[in-house]
Amino acid sequence: MPLSAGSKAPATFGALLLRGLLAGLIAGLLAGTFAFFFGEPKVDAAISIEEAASAAQAAAEPQTSAAEEEPLVSRDGQKGGLFLATGLYGIALGGILATAYTLLRRRLRTPSDTRAALGLAGAALLGVVLVPYVKYPPNPPAVGDPDTINQRTISYLAILVIGLVAVWAAVVAQRTQPTEWRRAAAAVVGFLVVVVVGYALLPNINEVPATFPPDLLWSFRLASLGTQTVMWTVLGIGFAALVSTGSREPAREAVPA
Amino acid sequence: MPKATTAGPLSTPAVSPRLLWTALAVVGLMLLITYLVAFDQGAVSRSGMYLHELMHDGRHLLGVPCH
Ligand SMILES: [Zn+2]
Repeated sequence: MPLSAGSKAPATFGALLLRGLLAGLIAGLLAGTFAFFFGEPKVDAAISIEEAASAAQAAAEPQTSAAEEEPLVSRDGQKGGLFLATGLYGIALGGILATAYTLLRRRLRTPSDTRAALGLAGAALLGVVLVPYVKYPPNPPAVGDPDTINQRTISYLAILVIGLVAVWAAVVAQRTQPTEWRRAAAAVVGFLVVVVVGYALLPNINEVPATFPPDLLWSFRLASLGTQTVMWTVLGIGFAALVSTGSREPAREAVPA
Repeated sequence: MPKATTAGPLSTPAVSPRLLWTALAVVGLMLLITYLVAFDQGAVSRSGMYLHELMHDGRHLLGVPCH
């Protein structure tokens, strides 16, 4: 299924979208596998801390929590649900990446489809993973006040937008400069200006209880970063491989059938 | 336009209003999926908290604020 037969007819959006969804499914399942082995033990440890805390609370004030609540989904169910979550998330991210590629490919100043696809995925990794991660590092269960979830969600969505704007600013800034080193410097400056302003405007959130073990906190955060990095790396490489398979091959272009 | 943008035929379709509307619909659908995974409390999926609880660990490990 070559993307552009004889490099004349461009691929349809549908063909590109299918490749994005497929790469996303693979990326999601691999990210889920990483999360299962490196993240789930940390989630388990955090949940047992959470349960110990609520058991202690129940002992202190017995009238408030009468019966132990039956969980809607068992822990084993949640570990299976992890793959559903990362798989669906990967598919959705793959669809968005393929759409962005379709609309932006002609504006990306590289002749290489592979570099274009990898560049977009790398930009997403920077904008929607690393920028949010530094401002709002992810937290395991047992960290976080349920009453602030709406405010935390809004702040998280805001930092995703800021991350994407920062990447866009870097590209716009570097295109204004004539030489290579000035382009690199302009990209860094454009990126940092947006990130610093965004970080300053958004509220700081730190709800980690003083009693929560810091090594567990940071090993969870590392597992989360790893999960998201696997997601975007596999998605980028997978999508790049799928769009460049069967695409333009200059050497064969002139050969008549 | 700089040279790079005209180098060889490109493998993507020309951007037309129809393509833009299709792209918008696709992105909307994809965002709905991410919403179901990351933020749904049962209001949209109509599954109560079942989907929310089922995908709970994924949400934490994907860096989305949870409980
Ligand atoms: Zn949670």
